[in-house]
Amino acid sequence: MQFLQTTLIRIFYAIVLLVAVLVLNFSLMHLAPGDVADTISQSMGGADQELLDRIRSDYGLDQPFLVQLGRYIAGVLQFDLGFSFFYNQPVTKLIMERLPATLLLVVTAQLLALFLGVFLGVISARKPNGLTSHFVTFMALFGYAAPVFWTGILLLIGFSLHLHWFPVAGMRDVTISGGFWVHFVDVLRHLILPMITLASIFLALYSRLARATMMEVLGSDYVRTAKSKGLSQRQVVYKHALKNSLSPVITLAGLQFSAVISGAVLVETVFSWPGLGTLAFQSIIARDTPTILGILFFSALVVIVGNLLTDIALRLVDPRLRGRS
Amino acid sequence: MAPLLEVENLRIELTTRDGIAPVIDDLSFTLNAGETLSFVGESGCGKSMTALALMGLLPDKIGRVASGKIIFNNEDLTQASDARLREIRGNDISMIFQEPMTSLNPVFTIGEQIAEVLRAHQGLSRAAAWAKAVELLDAVRIPNPKGRASDYPFQMSGGQRQRAMIAMALACEPKILIADEPTTALDVTVQAQIFDLLTDLRRQTSAAIILITHDMGAVAEMAERMIVMYAGRKAEFGPVDQIITHPRHPYTKGLISCVPHIVSDMTEERPDLIEVPGIVPSLKDFGQDRCLFASRCAYVTDKCQASRPSKKLFSNGQIADCWHAEDL
Repeated sequence: MQFLQTTLIRIFYAIVLLVAVLVLNFSLMHLAPGDVADTISQSMGGADQELLDRIRSDYGLDQPFLVQLGRYIAGVLQFDLGFSFFYNQPVTKLIMERLPATLLLVVTAQLLALFLGVFLGVISARKPNGLTSHFVTFMALFGYAAPVFWTGILLLIGFSLHLHWFPVAGMRDVTISGGFWVHFVDVLRHLILPMITLASIFLALYSRLARATMMEVLGSDYVRTAKSKGLSQRQVVYKHALKNSLSPVITLAGLQFSAVISGAVLVETVFSWPGLGTLAFQSIIARDTPTILGILFFSALVVIVGNLLTDIALRLVDPRLRGRS
Repeated sequence: MAPLLEVENLRIELTTRDGIAPVIDDLSFTLNAGETLSFVGESGCGKSMTALALMGLLPDKIGRVASGKIIFNNEDLTQASDARLREIRGNDISMIFQEPMTSLNPVFTIGEQIAEVLRAHQGLSRAAAWAKAVELLDAVRIPNPKGRASDYPFQMSGGQRQRAMIAMALACEPKILIADEPTTALDVTVQAQIFDLLTDLRRQTSAAIILITHDMGAVAEMAERMIVMYAGRKAEFGPVDQIITHPRHPYTKGLISCVPHIVSDMTEERPDLIEVPGIVPSLKDFGQDRCLFASRCAYVTDKCQASRPSKKLFSNGQIADCWHAEDL
């Protein structure tokens, strides 16, 4: 009951935060010099004042700031993020077409990094001076130090260009036809390299942290108690110790959610993954303000939902947090 | 009848920065079924190390049994495989730790932590193990055991946690229960309750108890025989009442005079409390061929500095490792 209550409070805060993000995004964009009218007139090779005024009144840009803000927020509440003149489509539709691809990439990369990171962390914590431990430390440093686009290009050259194991770009092969599973395998084949690339940065973080916390937990009194009960090594490590060392890793994963999304922009660009990242990149180049705003809004949404899920996961793992809001 | 547990010339070495230190140096004792044997001594005298060695839980790569035997039911535990030790741990020999605050796993319910021992050793089903866990909580006098079983450790007081810990240790009706300073972290009234509980449970289960403590009062109340440890060596060994009325080792004498009203009546004018001056020698000095207590001893002579005291056996069963034991 208390769990539900605190979760609802969290959701309420999340909505307040989202509105704040909306206002801030819009204000910042408004502060920046130039507007849609300028960009349109530029792309037409110049326009006179009359045309500019007409464009501005068409887009409602001649209204006072607060009115524009109010309209924008009212629009967002009805899932209307404005109209992209560059793509000639409603922004909501544009984003909704791209969002699943980004979510697929971000969520799978995050999960891969988490599970593999924790697993490697546990292995190296059990034998801190073993070969695996040194290998994990090396991989972690490498993954963290290497720029993500460079890792991506390297993987592309190795596995796609030379070995032909994976496709070079995109998310699906348009020439393929077949049932659900055929398409599933196709998307998976496209997904693997970008996923590994994106996960590599976070894998480093998570495995280092998991290793450190696991080593600490393995030396704790309750692990000694678990051993004194005659439990097997597996139970001591993967039940008693692991559940206790998960909290810091989950917390970090939650904090990294925004970093994962910004990482996705780079990875999507390298692999031509048809997600929000590619869209963001293109619309920034085209100065497509409504689309940029929309993407910022959705990124904030994903981060906030991610944090909310982190919060819930933490409460599930650690009963001591359940009563607190 | 053969004793339940026989420890022969046990030597445990710890690898430290200054080299190898014998934290337990030539320790022998026996434990009979149903008996309470107490280990007494200051911190760092090797009491807890003895307990961990009996459980086969010496710290990995740092501590090891260098020589000697631990014979339990005709089986030498120092030679037993890991798998065999796991069968014994929590089942035949179990342990209660000093810190109930940190010895229970914070993220599992009390009931689960008790039930898992039963599942591991007795092969009980989840439901049966849980039901037995509730019974055990009732046996250690936790009110509303059914409800409390699904509580987490942080929802319980220190005394209740230690009760839960005891329930966990007694779950499989062990033959030996090792209690490593079970009340040190608790306040005085709760200490008395825990000792009462242990006394009652011993009567009911006939488990032998190894009580590690520096509470002389608890020793006098609970134990039949006691071992006084100093710097990894046995200083004195024998029946509790004999040792308390007439200690034969200067260290035991010091420990006893540290405690108010063990020996004096409340009405009588009480003697001053005397402390044992100095501190336990550091690990690197352990194992030298001299009396390690000499630097703190009022009765010290040249002989004490020159060679390690030999055992002196007295007719009442007391054994003291002191050159001057007869004179005390």
